[in-house]
Amino acid sequence: MNAPAPATAPVRPALDHLDWLEAEAIYILREVAGQCSNPALLFSGGKDSIVLLRLAEKAFRPGRFPFPLLHIDTGHNYPEVIDFRDARACELNERLIVRSVESSMARGTVRLNSADESRNKHQSVTLLEAIGEFGFDACIGGARRDEEKARAKERIFSFRDEFGGWDPKNQRPELWDLFNARVHKGENIRAFPISNWTELDVWQYIEREGLALPPIYFAHLRPVVRKGNLLQPVTELTPARDGDNVELMQVRFRTVGDITCTAPVESDADTVHKVIAETATTTISERGATRLDDQASEAAMEQRKKEGYF
Amino acid sequence: MSAFEHIPEFGSPVDSGLLRFLTCGSVDDGKSTLIGRLLYDTKAILADTLHAIEKTSLRRGMEAVDLSLLTDGLQAEREQGITIDVAYRYFSTGTRKYIIADAPGHEQYTRNMVTAASTANLAIILIDARKGVLTQTRRHSYLAHLVGIPHLVVAVNKMDLVGYDRTVFERIRGEYLEFARQLGIEDVRFIPLSALNGDMLVDRGDNLGWYDGPTLIDILESAPAAHSESDERFRFPVQYVCRPQKADDPLLHDYRGFMGRVESGEIAVGDEVVVLPSERRSRIKDIQVGGRSLSRAVAEQSVTLLLEDEIDISRGDMIVRGDAKELCPGASAPGTVSTRTALVTRRIDAMLCWLGDSPLDARRKYVIRQTTRDARALLDGIAYRLDINSLQQVPAEGIGMNDIARVAFKLAQPLVVDRYAENRATGAFIVIDESTNNTVGAGMIL
Repeated sequence: MNAPAPATAPVRPALDHLDWLEAEAIYILREVAGQCSNPALLFSGGKDSIVLLRLAEKAFRPGRFPFPLLHIDTGHNYPEVIDFRDARACELNERLIVRSVESSMARGTVRLNSADESRNKHQSVTLLEAIGEFGFDACIGGARRDEEKARAKERIFSFRDEFGGWDPKNQRPELWDLFNARVHKGENIRAFPISNWTELDVWQYIEREGLALPPIYFAHLRPVVRKGNLLQPVTELTPARDGDNVELMQVRFRTVGDITCTAPVESDADTVHKVIAETATTTISERGATRLDDQASEAAMEQRKKEGYF
Repeated sequence: MSAFEHIPEFGSPVDSGLLRFLTCGSVDDGKSTLIGRLLYDTKAILADTLHAIEKTSLRRGMEAVDLSLLTDGLQAEREQGITIDVAYRYFSTGTRKYIIADAPGHEQYTRNMVTAASTANLAIILIDARKGVLTQTRRHSYLAHLVGIPHLVVAVNKMDLVGYDRTVFERIRGEYLEFARQLGIEDVRFIPLSALNGDMLVDRGDNLGWYDGPTLIDILESAPAAHSESDERFRFPVQYVCRPQKADDPLLHDYRGFMGRVESGEIAVGDEVVVLPSERRSRIKDIQVGGRSLSRAVAEQSVTLLLEDEIDISRGDMIVRGDAKELCPGASAPGTVSTRTALVTRRIDAMLCWLGDSPLDARRKYVIRQTTRDARALLDGIAYRLDINSLQQVPAEGIGMNDIARVAFKLAQPLVVDRYAENRATGAFIVIDESTNNTVGAGMIL
C-alpha cells in the first residue's frame, strides 16, 4: 500500500486557506449569535479585532450586528488607536460601549502597586464589571492560539465561571464544530473566532480585504530607548530616564496594547505587503518581540487567564 | 535540499488550502519530537521560542534541545513532563496551511484522542521501531477509524535506534496491515523515519536509501483536504435568520436570509430545495456573503441563502436538495442494515464515547446537539461496550468515562441526520448534561 511518491501538486481545493479560515470564523460568530442571548464583541482598534469586525460584516450584513462592541480602555492607549476605534464603530453604525480601568480605579476595585505600572492585567477586573453591568453571557475576542502556549490549549468556546476564571484542567471537550455555549446565570463564554489564525494569516487577510489600520502598525519615526532586546517607546507615560539613550528610529508596532508594556519593532515596512514579507521571514514571535509582560515567567499568560483575562 | 527551497514566494497564487491532521502515539514514541521537528524545519518555531526551550532544557540537565517542550503549554504539563490536553499547532509551507491536533498518548485520555480526531482529515500514528505494534497503537488506530479520519499514515519512528534496518520496518508494516484489515481500515500508508535526526520528515536524509516512497511532508502536501474527494449531498443547517426589517430601505423590507455553512455538497441559484423537518419546498433565489451575491456555494463556505418563497425557517432547520435521491440516503446503499430510511428521525443508533466524569445515567434526560439543533434525549438501550484493548464487544450495564459503546437514544424532538460514515458533519452529535451544561458525550450516528 506504500504507493510511489505522488505528484507533489495536490488537487486545488475550492477554498484557499484564507477562504477556509474566514468561513470557519463566520460560522463561529453565527453560533455565538444563535446560541447566546446577550453577547458582546471586544473591539480595541487593534489589528485582530479589526479583522473580527470585517468577519462580523460578512457574517451578518445586511443586518445589524447582533451584539454591541465593547472596549475595555486601560487609559494607556495610543491616541491614534482610540481615534481609529471610534471612527470604525461610527462608520459601521454599530453601538460601541467603552468601560475604563480608570473608572475601576476610582471605584477602588483596581488598585495599582505603582502609578505607572502596566494596566494590562487590570483589564480583567473592568471586563468582569462590564459583563456584570450588561449581563453579557458571551464575549467574542480576537485571541489566537499561535500567540502563546497557554492559548494553544484553550477551546474556541471557552467556559468561564462566575469569577471569570479559566480552569485549563477542566475545559469542556470540544468536538467537530459542535460548540457548547450553554451557561448558568453569572457564568460566561469567551468565543474566539480566529483561534486557528496565525499572525501571517491575519496580515494576509488584511491585505486581501483592503482593511484600514491605525497608522502605528506601519513604519514611522519614533523616539525609543533600547531595553535589552526590546525597544521602549518614549511617551508621556514612559518618559526617558536619566542616562537613557534616546534614539529616533524607524519602527512599527506588531501588536498594540497598554503603552507601558507594548514595544515596537525596528522596521521599514510602510505597506501591508511589506509587513507580510517581514512577518513571513521574522525570527521572533509576535509576543516575544513586543510584550514586556509575558516575559516575566513561562506561565504569565496562563496565570492571567485563570484570573479572568482574555 | 534544505527545508523549503521549492516553496514559492508568499503572495504567489499557489494555495492548496488547509489540512488538519492528528498525531497520536504511545508515551515516548517521539511524537512531540516529531511535531517539534516539523515546526522547526518549516520555520514555524521562532528564535525566541527556541531560546526559551533551550533554557528549560539546560535547566533540566539535558544536553540537546528538547523539542517536546514546545507542545506542553500548561504549567501542570511542564511540571509533570506530560501532555494533558489536546494542543493545536500551526505551520505553513507557503502552499498549504496545516493545523496539527496533538493528542496525549496516556491511557486515561481517550477523550482527548476522540476530540483531536473529530476535526482531522489525516492521522499520523507513531510506532517506536524497537517496540512494534502495541495495544496502544491498535487503540489509536481504532479510534482514528471510528471517528472517520479518511487517511492514516503509520510512521515507524526511531529507525536510528534499529540501525535503519529495512526488515524491522517491513515486519511492523506486515503486522499492522493484518490488524488494519480486521478493522476495515483501507487507506493507510507507511513511512520509516527518525524524528530525532529529521530523516524522511522534510528532508530524506542519508540513512534510509532503501525507502523510495514520499517523505512525511510530501504525504501531507498531497493529501486531499476535506470535501475534495467525493460527491456529497448538499446539507445546510440553518444557524441564524437575518431579518433586517429596515423601514427606510424598501429593498430590505422583506429580506429573509438563512445563514449557515454548507456542510457538504454544493448548491446554485435556481436549485430546488426542501427544508427539513417541515418538508416545505422552494428554490434558491440568491446566495450571498456579506451582502455580495454568488452564483453557487460549495462545501465549507459560510453563506446566506435567500429563497423564492416566504416559508417559515428557523435555527436548527436543515436545507437540502429537492430530489428524492438526496432525501433517502439509505436508498443508494442497498444491503446496508438500517431501520432508518429518511433523514428525519426521533430515534438514533450510535457509537457513543462517554467523556463525563460521572457515568451516563439511564434515568436522566440529556440534551443532544447535532448540527445546529438540540433535542432532549433518553437512553434507549446499550447494545454493547467496546473493549478498547481487545477490540471485542462486551455486554454492558452502564457507561463510564472513556467508554465506547453502541447505544440507542429516544428523542423528544426530531433530528435531521445522516449516517456518520457518510457525512461527518450531519452524523455527529454531542451530549450535554443540563445540570452542569458540560459536554459529557460524543456520538456518531449509525
